[in-house]
This record gives sequence, structure tokens and C-alpha cells, in this order.
Amino acid sequence: MVYLTRKAEFSASHYYHNPEFSAEENRRIFGKCNNPNGHGHNYTLEVTVKGEVDPRSGFVVDLKELKEILNREVLDAMDHRFLNKEVPEFFTRIPTTENLAIAVWQRLAPKLRAAKLHRVRVYETPDLFVDFYGEA
Amino acid sequence: MKAYLTRRYRFSASHRLHSDAMSEAENAATYGKCNNPHGHGHNYALEVTVSGPVEESTGMICNLVDLDRTVRCEVLERFDLQNLNSTKEFSANIPTTENLCETIYDILQRSFPHAHLEKVRIEETMLNSFEYAGKKENFVNW
Repeated sequence: MVYLTRKAEFSASHYYHNPEFSAEENRRIFGKCNNPNGHGHNYTLEVTVKGEVDPRSGFVVDLKELKEILNREVLDAMDHRFLNKEVPEFFTRIPTTENLAIAVWQRLAPKLRAAKLHRVRVYETPDLFVDFYGEA
Repeated sequence: MKAYLTRRYRFSASHRLHSDAMSEAENAATYGKCNNPHGHGHNYALEVTVSGPVEESTGMICNLVDLDRTVRCEVLERFDLQNLNSTKEFSANIPTTENLCETIYDILQRSFPHAHLEKVRIEETMLNSFEYAGKKENFVNW
């Protein structure tokens, strides 16, 4: 089994708010991130896939194809967007780094054919990242 | 759904590697430059990984404010800009980064109840890093 990781970057804005909480609770739990006008990050995404090396091509996965899937399924939808308002997952879920990693996994996993998705890592800043391995 | 969150912190400290159980010659041979009696320092980077289910109402494993406060109060205030040998944690323990990893893991294990502590990783320099995930033999170290 060989693991391959592809990196991508995107920039987006978001804010944290749960309509079931009171205004005071939202402020207490989410702090500055609760500002409804949003704020932004330069996100770095690392997608790791795993599989056996195809003896004909020497590839685990055709990187060109992986890049196209990543662009189409994730970057086109999220880059330079306001996540809460423009990405359907976040109409109901709060766009935390945890939920972003889960959303990226859910977008990519069904589209991959040859290789299997192993891990999605999302850096919100260089000092904060979340890993998701598809665990329930 | 279970996710893993890693937060990176920085601190600077000095130390000297020296074992009272060894002769002077053994200490010099084992620790080399690190045995210099005047000590020397590093800019450490500390990565703390916690895991748990992502809470539906908040979208979080735990509140980052709680994690930052615990690491600041329990770890950074204890070790940042200190001589590690003079701290109580290393009065009878050699302040190698292996031991520092275990010590910080144990401190956080005791003081952070809001998520499962998965592992502690410390970069002593850009070229050396150490990880400790408790007594279990295998852990997610991707």
C-alpha cells in the first residue's frame, strides 16, 4: 500500500453561529468568530489517498485526475466564497475546520475510483489543522 | 463523526543534559555538547492533538479557547523562558525532548477534560521532532 498526498490552497470567509442558541450564547461560545459579517482564512488542504501501485503506470492514482476532481468538487465550490452563504453543507452546519474536513471528505470519497481516500487535512492557519479519516 | 484537531504552540527554554548516574566521562560521551554545564536553549514548537466526535451544535471537537487556556496556563507558563533543569518536573528527570514530550502529555492528560488527548509532538529544532501518545503502542501519526 502506498499513500499519496496532494496539497491545494483556497481562501474563503465564514462565521460561526447556531440559530438555536441565544445571541448571548453565540457570543460566549464562538467569540469573535460570531461576527455575522464574517472573516476569512487562507486554507491549505491536504488530501491523502492510498492504494496499490498499478504495475503498468507505476501510479497509485493519476495525479491529473485527482487534481481535476479536487478542483471540480472542492476548490470551484469553496475558493473565494462565503462558506455560510454559498456552500450548501454550511447552510445548516457550522463551517468550523472540523466540518470543513468532513465536507471535503464527503465530496471526494464517492468520486475516487482507483485509489481510496485515506485522510483529509485542513489547515485553517499554519497553527491549526484538523484531520478526518472518515470515522463514524 | 470523529475528527482530530492539532494546535501548534511555541516556547523557548534552556536545558542541560546530564545524568548523576554517569561518570563525567560517560556524560561527556553520551550528551556531547548538550552536557555543557552552563546549558543552552531551543525554540521549541509544541503540537497538541485532541480527538473526539464533532459536536453538532457547535461544529467543534472542543472549544479552542479552552485548549489554548489550558496549554498556556499548564505548559507555556511553566516552561517558556525557563531553564528546564530548574523546574520541579525535571529536578530528578533529564530534560531531553523525549522526557519533555511525556511530561507535557501527562500534564495535559490531567488538566484537559474537554476532549481525548491523542498525542503531543515537539520539535526541538527544525531537524528533530518527538511524539508521545501515551502508553498505547500504535497511534495515528500521519
